[in-house]
Amino acid sequence: MSRWRWFHLLASPPYVYRLAERLAPWIGAASVLALAAGTYGGLVLAPPDYLQGEGFRIIYVHVPSAYIGLMAYVVMASAAACGFIWRIKLAHAVAACTAPVGASFTFLALFTGAVWGKPMWGTYWQWGDARLVSELVLLFLYLGFMLLRSSFDERDKGDRVAAILAAVGVVNVPIIHYSVEWWSTLHQGATMMRLDGPSITLEMLIPLLIMIGAFTLCFAWLILRRLQAEILDRERRTRWVEQLVTGGAS
Amino acid sequence: MTPRRQRMALIAAVVAGVAVSVALALVAFRENVLLFFSPTEVVAGEAPTERGFRLGGMVAEGSVSREEGSLTVEFVVTDFANSIPVSYTGLLPDLFGEGQGVVARGQLNTDGSFDAEEVLAKHDENYMPPEVAEALERAHPEGSP
Repeated sequence: MSRWRWFHLLASPPYVYRLAERLAPWIGAASVLALAAGTYGGLVLAPPDYLQGEGFRIIYVHVPSAYIGLMAYVVMASAAACGFIWRIKLAHAVAACTAPVGASFTFLALFTGAVWGKPMWGTYWQWGDARLVSELVLLFLYLGFMLLRSSFDERDKGDRVAAILAAVGVVNVPIIHYSVEWWSTLHQGATMMRLDGPSITLEMLIPLLIMIGAFTLCFAWLILRRLQAEILDRERRTRWVEQLVTGGAS
Repeated sequence: MTPRRQRMALIAAVVAGVAVSVALALVAFRENVLLFFSPTEVVAGEAPTERGFRLGGMVAEGSVSREEGSLTVEFVVTDFANSIPVSYTGLLPDLFGEGQGVVARGQLNTDGSFDAEEVLAKHDENYMPPEVAEALERAHPEGSP
């Protein structure tokens, strides 16, 4: 039964709180280092694009943000579904603290896309473009999840109802990813995730991969710290939190 | 069925139901989800020519001509199978050029030409430094890969 012991430990708020306390500084430091390396690589080492000139460098923020926006949604929806099915409160806590982070990265992807779109395409926004609109729907799904969860007086009820919305929204994830293949869009097709290999020069690709890693570490750090705060809030009436806050002096 | 199984089935059923209905809706409204139509689709009569629509394709090499003293530009949009002549008056995005992708919104005339009200540049998924682009250009002087 040792397999299940591990599973139960990960559902135990005090254990996860202390695990996050140990992991967060390392992940945070690694994220800062990777961000610095990726920024230097993207802004200084990578050559300008043959067509877009220096303007292409927004890719080093846009693509990682869009990736985290999607990945965070899958994390949030999986956690919410686990919480719904197995009644694990900690899983609901993970979903709750992921939503604002995912929404922020999705907004960043939309914003950097618009800033890039004006000089390159000639427009900030194009209604009717499947990629743009499905990404906007992703932002609304995050906001809807947050609103729905907070509109119940009882936290448990809000968690359960919002979990269904989060799970349903997963349908949008493949739509966003494949929108540029299924329909004609203004947004270009995939550069990196192609069957015949990335259509980007290696010296431009390496900083992008570093930035994607850095954003992932940054996301993990944000989730760990937010999860700690969420756990403290949800468990504020328990003995272990009381002992933690008073330094065990009670 | 245990309550846990019931909840699992509920989530699976709701997600599957929504997935199927979204898929059906997207297939049914496919024409509305497409941002633009290619010259071949326009020639085949698949574009909604009774109202405005967007035409997308490549600006044909050597087809851009500017009218002296005005902002009117004429060019040919092609998908290498069919071509449609386009005329447009206004400012063009920086990436507009021969051999580049464009999406033009406007009306199809009875003579088969297209009057554009808006021209957007469609960037492709290729990123490379200028030296690489020049080397490719030397290897394939026609411009098309």
